[in-house]
Amino acid sequence: MIKNRANMTFAWLLLAPAIIYVAIIVAWPLVETVRLSFTDASLKKVTNYVGWANYAKIYNATFFEVITRTFTWTFFSVLFKMVIGTCGAVLLNAAVPGRHLFRILTMPPWIVPMAIGIFMWGWMYNGQFGMISGLLQRFGLVDGPVAFLAYGNSAYWATIITDVWIGVPMVTIYFLAAIQAIPKDLHEAAWTDGASRWTRFRRITLPLMMPAIITMSMLSLIATFNSFDIIWILTRGGPTGETTTMIIDTYQTAIGSKKYGEGAARAVVICIFLSMFCIAYFRVTRRLAATDNA
Amino acid sequence: MALFRDENTPMIDRYRWWEIAAIYGGIALFLFFLLAPFLEGFLVSLKPLAQLFSSPYTFWPENGSFNAYFTMWTSVPGFGWYIFNSFLISTVATVIVLLLVVPASYAFARFDYKGMGMVLGGFLAISMFSGAVLLIPLFRLMRTLGLLNTYFAMIVPGVAFLIPSAIWLLRTYMKRIPLEMNEAAYMDGASQFYTFRRVILPIASPGIIVVAITTFIGAYAQQFVFALSFNSKTEYMPLPVGLFAYFGKQEVIWNELMAASFVGITPALIIIFFLQRYLVGGLTAGAVKT
Repeated sequence: MIKNRANMTFAWLLLAPAIIYVAIIVAWPLVETVRLSFTDASLKKVTNYVGWANYAKIYNATFFEVITRTFTWTFFSVLFKMVIGTCGAVLLNAAVPGRHLFRILTMPPWIVPMAIGIFMWGWMYNGQFGMISGLLQRFGLVDGPVAFLAYGNSAYWATIITDVWIGVPMVTIYFLAAIQAIPKDLHEAAWTDGASRWTRFRRITLPLMMPAIITMSMLSLIATFNSFDIIWILTRGGPTGETTTMIIDTYQTAIGSKKYGEGAARAVVICIFLSMFCIAYFRVTRRLAATDNA
Repeated sequence: MALFRDENTPMIDRYRWWEIAAIYGGIALFLFFLLAPFLEGFLVSLKPLAQLFSSPYTFWPENGSFNAYFTMWTSVPGFGWYIFNSFLISTVATVIVLLLVVPASYAFARFDYKGMGMVLGGFLAISMFSGAVLLIPLFRLMRTLGLLNTYFAMIVPGVAFLIPSAIWLLRTYMKRIPLEMNEAAYMDGASQFYTFRRVILPIASPGIIVVAITTFIGAYAQQFVFALSFNSKTEYMPLPVGLFAYFGKQEVIWNELMAASFVGITPALIIIFFLQRYLVGGLTAGAVKT
């Protein structure tokens, strides 16, 4: 690392364009969101400061329901991603012929344009003509067509499954890298002592991939909390609000109803939660790095 | 009896027959979950509309044909443009990201001054706020700059959210370039800028290419929310938003839309097969601690 003062200007000049860009496109809008949340900004030309009025307006049972829903939706999605991702990584790590091909086949949901993958799920969930309802009927598991996105309960789980589908590839590949970083001699020593595959997974693989699981579940928590495309394309928050998460709710208020001020207040609440997750993430990764070096 | 037993297989990697069955069964189930939508989408693109909208459900296409792949160009008039727009937006975004990120990553990799750690943390924190949260001020910003309903309305905000992971990845790569390179150039009287341009950039070019690919993929995959909110002109729409417009219509020509989707994702699929080795490293880098 170069630390002498002579090059300081050069170093900051290299950084300047990126810092300025991000300051204008992200940092300033963040500040602006907070400012707008105290105004009655809308399509009208005149904007007045209204104090805490927007916050008073959103302080109601419906909004708390939305917050709770966002948290449970995120919780289940992250949980499924971690469980399926761990299983997938262990399976893909097995020394069987074809594993390289299987690893490549894991990636499409992650790489293709998100919206297009979601269109395909939209068709699969279709009650009359979709694959899931069709196959369930064929095997006699349900009596008639099931329109998954038409009922609150099934739409809630359907959007979670699609979110899991998009998230699993990255989690799996990341966990696979973590598993492969585990020193081989640990497994060999345990194997020599007669430890079974399950014992070796339980006592070696799982504990040593724990840091990866923790890091990934935090990153996944943040990404899932921000999830917009999936719900918007599949249900637009419907059928009667059962899939409305905080992001969808903010979008509907701000872009749908053009109530910028009130939408900004809702966005500020999201930002408060995100900042808490963010701080938690930095704390956890720093602690993990510290124990790693000890 | 253990399968796959040959000279080269270490004892520890040999499986019993039921273990093999369980592994392949598990992988089959796992991959079915991940690939089912593509399978269904592909089969739908082959089915004639009459069969699509008939009960009971049929899994395999009867009289399947690739007709939809030819008729879609007329039924979805803007289709060629949508794909072109998607490519244009991703390409321009990638170029801007590289121009900003290459010098910044070098600074983070090589120099250590007070405050730089905080700036790096700031960049990482940004990647945790999605564009959807900031739509309102971004919309007003785009309106003030006069960018609404132009390509730049979709490019400019997208770039900001692609910067953090690109910096993280390229910084890790540049850190591996030995400091002796800088010292040797310094001894020969090269300026810092000359060293950066003539010594570091050529060595870092493989890393820059990886960052370019992952950024392009990221830009291609995430074209939705900004394009949906900041652009209403059909001729500028990228593929996902262009196709999304058709889903609200009464008579959805599903087979052609699925065919269009497949043509639209082909570039991404080709990249996976040829560059997956780099992609894995690149796309997970944002999450890897140093």
